[in-house]
Amino acid sequence: MAKKFTPKVLTANHLLSGDVIYWDEKGDWVGAFEDALYLDTEKLANHVLTLAEKQQDVIVGPYLADAALGPDDKPMPAHFRETFRMTGPSNYHHGKQAEA
Amino acid sequence: MYSYSQFDKDFIAERNKQFRAQVERRIDGSLTEAEFKPLRLMNGLYLQLHAYMLRVAIPYGTLRSAQMRQLAMIAEKFDKGYGHFTTRQNIQFNWPKLRDVPDILDALAEVEMHAIQTSGNCVRNVTSDHFAGAAADEIEDPRPTAELLRQWSTDHPEFAFLGRKFKIAVVGSETDRAVTKAHDIGLRMVRGANGEAGYEVIVGGGLGRTPMVGKIIRDFLPAEDLLPYVESILQVYNRLGRRDNKYKARIKITVHENGLDVIRDEVEKAFVLQRQAFGGYDQELYASIKEAFAPPAFIDAPLDAFYAAQNADASFRSFVDTNLAEHKNPDYAIVTISTKAHGQTPGDATADQMRVMADLAETYGHDELRISHEQNVILPHVHKSHLPEIFARLREAGLATANIGLISDIIACPGMDYCALATARSIPVAQQIATRFEKLKLEHDIGALKIKISGCINACGHHHVGHIGILGLDRAGVENYQITLGGDHTETAAIGERAGPGFAYDEIVPAIERLIHGYLDLRDSPEETFIETYRRLGAAPFKAVLYPAEQIAAE
Repeated sequence: MAKKFTPKVLTANHLLSGDVIYWDEKGDWVGAFEDALYLDTEKLANHVLTLAEKQQDVIVGPYLADAALGPDDKPMPAHFRETFRMTGPSNYHHGKQAEA
Repeated sequence: MYSYSQFDKDFIAERNKQFRAQVERRIDGSLTEAEFKPLRLMNGLYLQLHAYMLRVAIPYGTLRSAQMRQLAMIAEKFDKGYGHFTTRQNIQFNWPKLRDVPDILDALAEVEMHAIQTSGNCVRNVTSDHFAGAAADEIEDPRPTAELLRQWSTDHPEFAFLGRKFKIAVVGSETDRAVTKAHDIGLRMVRGANGEAGYEVIVGGGLGRTPMVGKIIRDFLPAEDLLPYVESILQVYNRLGRRDNKYKARIKITVHENGLDVIRDEVEKAFVLQRQAFGGYDQELYASIKEAFAPPAFIDAPLDAFYAAQNADASFRSFVDTNLAEHKNPDYAIVTISTKAHGQTPGDATADQMRVMADLAETYGHDELRISHEQNVILPHVHKSHLPEIFARLREAGLATANIGLISDIIACPGMDYCALATARSIPVAQQIATRFEKLKLEHDIGALKIKISGCINACGHHHVGHIGILGLDRAGVENYQITLGGDHTETAAIGERAGPGFAYDEIVPAIERLIHGYLDLRDSPEETFIETYRRLGAAPFKAVLYPAEQIAAE
């Protein structure tokens, strides 16, 4: 049986910097998970993934990451791996947490 | 130490030029990521969770001071001011930008270094004993063998696209400090019945999802037959090894599925042909490489300052007792510099620390440094009269922690803080264990103990061969840590036994603490180490302290 769809955001790494990036509602790549477009249908999720896969001169490795809506109705990670990608490593104040 | 020939220099320069052009073609869109990925991996460039990661080869863990200084420069100019030493004696930079990587590779080439074959399904960086050339118990320096293998395997056209990666380690001592039995090929330098040089050849060891202790395929291989024999093993693996399933593609599975006797017969058949094909050039090469590894000119000097410092300074005494190993010259010592100050990331060194270690090597250490698979840095040749000054300089740099071989000298892979393959974090678990036992002031009382932590089943943190192994997994979206007991990374290699159900992230350090207190109660004397107690009593009493009856009942 096909796995039941759960909401997603589209994420990738930036080709030049390697930074973690997300697809927003305008179809731009942004740095914050909470600014990502919340993909609540499988059709929409697959559609934006197809669009992203055509942008490989800008990005590397696009994929759909599990997401949920936070208390402020903004997307948040549904798995700890994405929390680390969104934040940065826990041993140094490096990565996105240092840019905030 | 070996220095690049003109051929080596030209080869690296050409490869770097090629890679620079490949990067440009990726950026201008001429190459897709699918086309570029195998090219970047061949040059050590990964894409990890937060950024690119460049893995730089440190052949058999040997560095000169100028090379260490260049690594410091790269860390500062192109990264975030530090580097991470790995269990394959390499260094990884966690934050390079794609456009900078060709410049980094050129900077490495200036000091005869590169990142070739630090990834991909090829023969990887050949590892060795980090005390090579210095250890008192050494039969012969294994580094010329490692260098010969490096030259033979670099860009070897037949073995550039193996079924899976291939790792070789070489030791020249009875004591195995290079985990040879967990390698695709392990080589142990031995002497034949008439004193002639040769190797015991071990094949099919490995960790990962199917851990196996390597098996002896040849108990004595004459030294001059090394390359044809190793090439024969690779040929048989290339032919019989599976390519249908990535997880069954390592030679350990080939040996397991075909049986050692079949593999041995096939290798011996191939060897008959290979031996004729080599024709002696390899031995000329080996002889010239050996000359490059001549021992340094050891000095003679009084040892009064050393003995005086030992009597006067308890912290120096502790450092000497814990971080020094016996050198073949009794007036010398091997100094292991811990990159594991309590609470720090195992294997990380800042650019400043790298420069301090480089300066010490240049001034006092015959210009030699080593990286151990246990993620520490070694000054292999230190006259004992220089130890007080070295200790003082290390202490200023936060590098004088006296914990080598103790509970806080933990191997930890980058885990989910960096690695795209990881299923859980490793580094914070190591940091917390170290700080917890430092607070308890029990470290020296506990004594010799190897804790090894991997953040996924691929086992880069060698957890299977830790006396206590910790494996981080993702269990239903939550980090979970399995404990294995009784592993051994030495010549008596053993795979640890899983203790029982895993522990949550906030339960793993208390579980280790229970285990250690249990050991302290169980040992028959302060001299009996954790692994000795485990071997004497078996797993049962350790499981009992890990999983108390009341806890099991409550669940």
